[in-house]
Amino acid sequence: MAFFEGNKMTAGYGSGPDIISSCSINADRGEIVAILGPNGAGKSTAMKAMLGLLNLKSGSVLMDGKDISSLSPQDRVKAGISFVPQTRNVFADLTVRENLEVGAFLREDDVNKVIEDIYELFPILNEKKSQKVGELSGGQRQQVALGRALMIRPSVLMLDEPTAGVSPIVMDELFEHIIKVKETNVAIIMVEQNAKQALSISDRGYVLVTGENKFEGSGNELLNDPEVRRSFLGA
Amino acid sequence: MDFINAIIVLLNYTIIPALTYGSQLALGAIFVTLIYGILRFANFATGDMMSFGTMFAVLLTYYFQSLGINLGIFPTALITIPLATFMMILYMLSIDKFVFEYYRIKKSPPVQLAMVSVGVMFVTQAIIRIIIGPADRTFLDGEKFILKASEFKEITGLNEGLTIKSTQAITIVITMIAVSIMFWFLNKTKTGTSMRAYSDNEDLALLSGIDPKKVVLITWIIAGILATIGGVLYGLDKSYRPFVYFNNMLPIFAAAIVGGIGNPFGAFLGGYVIAFAEIFLTYAYKKFFTYILPEALEPNSMMQILSTDYKFAVSFSILVIVLLFRPSGIFKGKTL
Ligand SMILES: Nc1ncnc2c1ncn2[C@@H]1O[C@H](COP(=O)(O)OP(=O)(O)OP(=O)(O)O)[C@@H](O)[C@H]1O
Ligand SMILES: [Mg+2]
Repeated sequence: MAFFEGNKMTAGYGSGPDIISSCSINADRGEIVAILGPNGAGKSTAMKAMLGLLNLKSGSVLMDGKDISSLSPQDRVKAGISFVPQTRNVFADLTVRENLEVGAFLREDDVNKVIEDIYELFPILNEKKSQKVGELSGGQRQQVALGRALMIRPSVLMLDEPTAGVSPIVMDELFEHIIKVKETNVAIIMVEQNAKQALSISDRGYVLVTGENKFEGSGNELLNDPEVRRSFLGA
Repeated sequence: MDFINAIIVLLNYTIIPALTYGSQLALGAIFVTLIYGILRFANFATGDMMSFGTMFAVLLTYYFQSLGINLGIFPTALITIPLATFMMILYMLSIDKFVFEYYRIKKSPPVQLAMVSVGVMFVTQAIIRIIIGPADRTFLDGEKFILKASEFKEITGLNEGLTIKSTQAITIVITMIAVSIMFWFLNKTKTGTSMRAYSDNEDLALLSGIDPKKVVLITWIIAGILATIGGVLYGLDKSYRPFVYFNNMLPIFAAAIVGGIGNPFGAFLGGYVIAFAEIFLTYAYKKFFTYILPEALEPNSMMQILSTDYKFAVSFSILVIVLLFRPSGIFKGKTL
């Protein structure tokens, strides 16, 4: 049994159709798990379901063996699950430092220490700490988004396309940061469009198609699976 | 000498009145912008809510006067502000509870909330009509002038007198204090930061554990304080005519939009932009030019760009021009 599990989740938006059906995703601490799949496959929806942003029609979400399916998203964040959404994942009108502070609102202890740790991980954020996030470059913004999510010192980190819209060099940099986070014993689930690169740093991966698990396996298995290659890796 | 006289004329008839009027507009505009930025609708009840708070200040002033309580040289109304603000906040919170909250939870579109606020406006007007009636009331007491024209002339030996009414000085000083405290609160406290975060990105704010109920509550409280102070200062300066506040909504909205709706600092500056534009464009400069031009060039006309009857047209034109060319406001920065 993995540390963080979504089991046979079926869910949709409001009274609309099911977007994910019987979809299962899990991750252990110290592991990076990639979710791949075509646009509209339900990757973001699966993540939102695991955070509780939409109600499950069936299935469950477990953390450390406990069923958390009935917890509100806020309570799940309190329990140590951090989420970086695909869009609007920062407070653009707030400064870098304020973004980090807001990220720590659920903590009761001294946040300065945590902020220092984040600055150490992302030195650029220290440099830009008094600048409004809306004025930063795309790559820097993604670092703010990651930094904000790390402020609660999560045990589970869910990243929805953390490298969207950044250059290959910045992408590598972001991936390096993500690996560093994983090394602090965090369970990381990430949705990625850059499938090959993502699989190369992931321990395991899932391929979702129309809301269902289509393939799953270790990073290498998926990278070398001829069918996955043909349909999702463009080679 | 003539040059100094000309400057005094400008100060006396344009700059000091504009700073005063601008402060009153600024307080209203920050109110509009806060509600817009956080509750996400244009509150058409703004003017009448300001009037509502002022009404309590008027009634309490009369009550205190009847008890013989006063503030000496200062207007008695000043001591009524805390209590009037309290009544105002109670009113706003009950309106929010019984009216706006329902639409907020339903996630109604902003236009619908704006229309609902029109309903609140009519109700508020009716309540004011019932409680105090539509009559014009003066509730200013204490020393009326800080500096009288005659004294000024005597001291300086100039032809032109400078008058500073105590309401003008009180308006400017109180506005500066209130606005400074508000900006300190918004920018430097945890609650202020959560308000700005909520205004910026509601979903992410919720995920960060920011309590939307608390944000809404604090917003109404701050709005209530500003609205009451702004309304009382305006009433002291001009006299309390309950339904004039409705008309003031045009310059107030213009100020909020000029400043970039949702941006409190912009709204603050916007108040002065509108006030100066209105007063500079409707002031008759004849006297001013008589001082600075040689006799041969002395103007015959009033030298007035627009009749004062058109002062609302000034706000309206600025509003239209800004919406056409700089819909995000003339100042930098976006929201709270
Ligand atoms: N808030 C929403 N309300 C209703 N339907 C939605 C909502 N968000 C997404 N959907 C629908 O759910 C389906 C899956 O969307 P989702 O965002 O999960 O896809 P995705 O795999 O993350 O795609 P992408 O790679 O483009 O990000 C789409 O058909 C989309 O139209
Ligand atoms: Mg997505």
